[in-house]
Amino acid sequence: MLDWFPKNISTFGAEIDHVFYLIFYIVGIGFLVGEALIVYFLFRYRRRDGQKARYVDGETWAQSAWILIPAVIVLVLDLWIDFAGAKAYEAVKGDTPVAEVVVQMGSKQFNWIITYPGPDGTFGTPDDMVKENDLHVPINKVVKLLLTSEDVIHSFFVPVLRLKQDILPGREIESWFEATETGTYEIACAELCGYGHYTMRGFLHVHSDEDYAAWLAKSWPAPEAEPAAE
Amino acid sequence: MSKEEHAGNGHTEDLGFWRKYIFSIDHKTIGKQYLFLSLFMALVGGLMAYYMRWQIAWPETAVPGAGWIPEPTAYDGIIPPEFYNALVTMHGTIMVFFVGMPFLLGAFGNFLIPLMIGADDMAFPRLNMMSFWTIFLGSLVMIASFFFEGGSASAGWTGYAPLSADPIHTGANWGMNLWILGLALEFTSFLMGGVNFLTTTVTMRAPGLSMFRLPLMVWMQITAAVIFMLSVGPLIAGAILLLLDRTIGTGFFIAERGGDPLLWQHLFWFFGHPEVYVVLLPGLGAIMEILPVFSRKPIFGYRTIIWSTIVAGVLSFIVWAHHMFVSGMDPRLVMPFSITTILISVPFAIVIFAFMATLWGGSLTFPTPMLFAIGTILTFIIGGVTGIFNGSAPVDIYIHDTYFVVSHFHYTLFPDVFLGGFAALYFWFPKMFGRMMNETLGKIHFWWTMIAFNVVFIPMFVLGLGGHMRRIYNPLQYDFLKPMQEMNQFITWAAICLLIGQIPFIINFFWSLFKGKKAGDNPWNANTLEWAAPTPVPHGNFATVPSVYHGPYEYSLPGSETDWQPQHLQSGPTTSA
Repeated sequence: MLDWFPKNISTFGAEIDHVFYLIFYIVGIGFLVGEALIVYFLFRYRRRDGQKARYVDGETWAQSAWILIPAVIVLVLDLWIDFAGAKAYEAVKGDTPVAEVVVQMGSKQFNWIITYPGPDGTFGTPDDMVKENDLHVPINKVVKLLLTSEDVIHSFFVPVLRLKQDILPGREIESWFEATETGTYEIACAELCGYGHYTMRGFLHVHSDEDYAAWLAKSWPAPEAEPAAE
Repeated sequence: MSKEEHAGNGHTEDLGFWRKYIFSIDHKTIGKQYLFLSLFMALVGGLMAYYMRWQIAWPETAVPGAGWIPEPTAYDGIIPPEFYNALVTMHGTIMVFFVGMPFLLGAFGNFLIPLMIGADDMAFPRLNMMSFWTIFLGSLVMIASFFFEGGSASAGWTGYAPLSADPIHTGANWGMNLWILGLALEFTSFLMGGVNFLTTTVTMRAPGLSMFRLPLMVWMQITAAVIFMLSVGPLIAGAILLLLDRTIGTGFFIAERGGDPLLWQHLFWFFGHPEVYVVLLPGLGAIMEILPVFSRKPIFGYRTIIWSTIVAGVLSFIVWAHHMFVSGMDPRLVMPFSITTILISVPFAIVIFAFMATLWGGSLTFPTPMLFAIGTILTFIIGGVTGIFNGSAPVDIYIHDTYFVVSHFHYTLFPDVFLGGFAALYFWFPKMFGRMMNETLGKIHFWWTMIAFNVVFIPMFVLGLGGHMRRIYNPLQYDFLKPMQEMNQFITWAAICLLIGQIPFIINFFWSLFKGKKAGDNPWNANTLEWAAPTPVPHGNFATVPSVYHGPYEYSLPGSETDWQPQHLQSGPTTSA
């Protein structure tokens, strides 16, 4: 495989990459054949003595079949690409699987405002914790994001997750992912949001189970906090 | 109507300088005015691209040649983020609305439609003059927008609300209001132009020139005009609402005032996608005229091409939400739009196949217009096939708003507007200005442009696949973009080469204008009616109204002595021009 993409650390990323390569090989072959034919025609039919142009206007069905049949092939390939894509799209943007971690991903010019519900698992309670630009999640768990914006449209983009979702002020948009590799990755804003757009950078910390438990314990050390059981 | 106009004004010679060259009602002069305006605006847009690319490659260093820009727009040639965003916005706006449309529709539509249908002028010459001066005013307003506090519009050429809907978000206040006003003037101009194109074509064709004997360029122009007129209404409404949001505090696109930001995107793209074909079709139309002439062969599938482009035009009204796959609209809408989008490749594939079939079995020669025409086809195919990736909803989740998309639409618009537009200009220059353009300079211009363009934009696909977002002022802010910085610098060098490659054209254009070899009436032995008019074409065009006996592409008719058959001659041409 060609190495154009950053590595993939989401459960659905491989499907997106797969659809990309499916399209790449289909249109790549079509492209090469098309360009090669044109270049061949340019050499083969350049003006030469004693060779007259043929009067072919393509107005009969027999002649137009030469362009209509390839067009039908294009149509079939189109439908193939569409149906292959539908499944992958459904996997990413369809219904969110049952989530084990829910985080409010707020945004404003030019920061990510991340709210964790805390041990009680509900938002709007005193044990909520708000962090700027650092999103902590456990590995191999479905994470549900509730995306909101305080001012303009931002876009949550993590290239290694192959996930992008615009965030609209006035709405709460749901998105999800399940990370399969630990590490720290960058979160980018992908929608022009003002003069500081390019600085709107966050970090996704994917923790192993033990690290995540340690992070939970460190973040909610209060006596009434339940042990970070999971 | 035009007959009265001409009767009332007498001959051109009687008119003073102002009526003849400035406030002219002659479609040919108006076409040339559009041409000069669009070429000038192309230079402005190109300069903006240079500033932008320099900032991306060597962030926050002084841009050579930007020292003249006063503070606070730039600081000794260093471009701040606000100005960068304005450059991104205005480069797009200018290239689409003030270069693409005036070049392909304004210049060639106005110049060619009356000549190609054997008419003496447009149906409404005064409206035609007004359409030019309206877009001229629009251009001035656009350029003026830079000089207001807060700078010009900086919310992207798509102007997504609410970033664009309240001055507090960008700091651009009157600059952005003027951007809306400038666009409104441009829309008004092309509405007037569209009415003229349609009325002229429907009512003023020469005897014998049925709709299915029209040159394809005329078909493409009127199809584009219809698509434009049907799609622009919602955006004009949207622009007014946006202006009200900005100025008197309404909240059509502002959530906290009860509006909806997504509404703007629907209104914008309902127009925005058909607009792509408004620009595309006349460029393809030029190719459709040039290929048969230099292949000495009829265009393959004349009617098939007409129907295909009409189908594509209709489809273009139901694909707009493919720009919005990750916008937060209902995900159930995504697959229907993905399917219509990918289907639109079928009619365009037919057009491209028809081009290939036209070359097949021809007797090809390669003067500059033909080189540019072939270059258009070869590069436009890349724009076409990369559209499939964007149209595929899952792939778009990843590549949306990355350089992949930027590269894709440059691969559609650049071949069309510039390669196709240059093909048209080299081809019709002799009829417009009575002189030939220089072939050597033309060929240098072609190869330089063709190579540099591909060297700029092929690597940009790779950047996009690496996840490089578009509209990023300083890519070094992100660790994952740092390894791509060398490629960014490479692209900027190539872009500078591409701009320098236009110098042979500029020299050629002005040199040929005054010193070029005098052109005959029909230097390419072409069939269509514009070549039947004398060169230089007088006011009123044809000495006598031509009658049409043939279709536009009767080249190499079996049994004919010559390899062409002008539309207005009953039997073969008596002399070779």
